[in-house]
Amino acid sequence: MPTARTWREYPQRYRYEAAVCKKCNKWHFPPRPVCDACKGEEFETKAMRRTGKILSHTVIRVPPAPFKDQAPYAMAVIEMDDGPRITTQVVDCGDGSLKIGQKVKLEFRRIYDDSEAGSINYGYKAVPA
Amino acid sequence: MSVGIVGYGANLPRHRIKVEEIAKVWGADAPSYKKGLELREKSVPAPDQDVITLSVEAARNALLRAKGVNPQDLGAIYIGSESHPYAVKPSGTVVGEAIGAFPSCHVADFEFACKAGSEAMFVVYGLVKAGLVKYGLAIGADTSQGAPGDALEYSAAAGAAAYIIGSQDLVATIDDTYSFTTDTPDFWRREYQHYPQHAGRFTGEPAYFRTVLGASEALLKKSGMKPKDFQYAVFHQPNGKFPMRAGKMLGFSREQIETGWLVPTLGNTYSGASPLGLTAILDVAKPGDKIFMCSYGSGAGSDAFIYTVTDRIREVQGLAAKTRDMLDKNVIYLQYGEYAKFRRKILKAE
Ligand SMILES: [Zn+2]
Repeated sequence: MPTARTWREYPQRYRYEAAVCKKCNKWHFPPRPVCDACKGEEFETKAMRRTGKILSHTVIRVPPAPFKDQAPYAMAVIEMDDGPRITTQVVDCGDGSLKIGQKVKLEFRRIYDDSEAGSINYGYKAVPA
Repeated sequence: MSVGIVGYGANLPRHRIKVEEIAKVWGADAPSYKKGLELREKSVPAPDQDVITLSVEAARNALLRAKGVNPQDLGAIYIGSESHPYAVKPSGTVVGEAIGAFPSCHVADFEFACKAGSEAMFVVYGLVKAGLVKYGLAIGADTSQGAPGDALEYSAAAGAAAYIIGSQDLVATIDDTYSFTTDTPDFWRREYQHYPQHAGRFTGEPAYFRTVLGASEALLKKSGMKPKDFQYAVFHQPNGKFPMRAGKMLGFSREQIETGWLVPTLGNTYSGASPLGLTAILDVAKPGDKIFMCSYGSGAGSDAFIYTVTDRIREVQGLAAKTRDMLDKNVIYLQYGEYAKFRRKILKAE
């Protein structure tokens, strides 16, 4: 029953809220209790800009169970313009010819359904900018 | 106190299917459908797009244009649609959470076939005017389906338009409004039914035209304005023909209607239709322009509005993606098989 877990992650899944270190200004996404750059423990919550670029990408052909209807699909490591790196699906890319360095932006999409009658999990995916 | 639009935004899926591609599968005559409907292709939502995702993106675009509006100041969020993803759980709950408007906010989903979006605009307008909320968000969005092979399959499309309505920093004032409603059984969908039923030709004269003309003529009379007083007009557009004909019957010219006439390459976006047409008009409108809008929802009713564009329009037009750009650029064409999979008309075996 993943509903409660995804619900706790709404600030990140829905609004891209990062923890910005008050000491060294590094952006952490998802937020963490201690800054890995300066060991600072005080953060400010800020929403990341929705733009970034592809660092690496692949195609998933044997997906985890909730994504079985979606395979094959593209996944990428994306460096957001505010610094954090995220791993996410890339959609609306036609034949899937993604390039390293390609500009993308995050859009609000359905991630998976718990079942035909279950709750719908929403979050971000990247699309070509 | 003037009440009107503070920010507006649209969102359209990137995928399209052409009339020929659908006609080929059902042995139908594509040229006669294209001519009869004045429609060449339609938008198709990706499998991970629905009324909620389209609404979030449209609302984000509206917030970009409503510079300075804090989402926390949105006192109401109303989403009008006939394809809400949940039967029970308002789409607005997810949309409000995603744009950071909660928890101090009134939320409801609206339904009235294709006029649920203008209905949301009407109610938010009333709440702002009454002073109950500072700003409200009204959205018209749909990912509608026609039964395979049915005439509706050629036009049922997807898209969303969002409006932030308030009383400060307006890009267009809402000058007047009028609603016209009757019990007209032209189109409906019963509980647990996947596809709607419609009354064929009955959807024309006694339904669409009587209602759109009824609301429009009454609003023109009420406001003392004439069709020639407007730079633009937008009508509900279930196909290309109906809005052009209704406009001509009222005395509007093709030129006045064309800017907001998205249906030939977008299809019928149901609750999104006339609100999306209005976004395309606002994208190019000049200060002082007058805009006439009339929605239509089967069942049946129409909401008509008169808007005047303000000086602030020029500052906001470029702050978010323009509707015609979303319609014309970076589109991906689907074949019928992919379309059937996207719309879950065919399912993969377990
Ligand atoms: Zn730090």
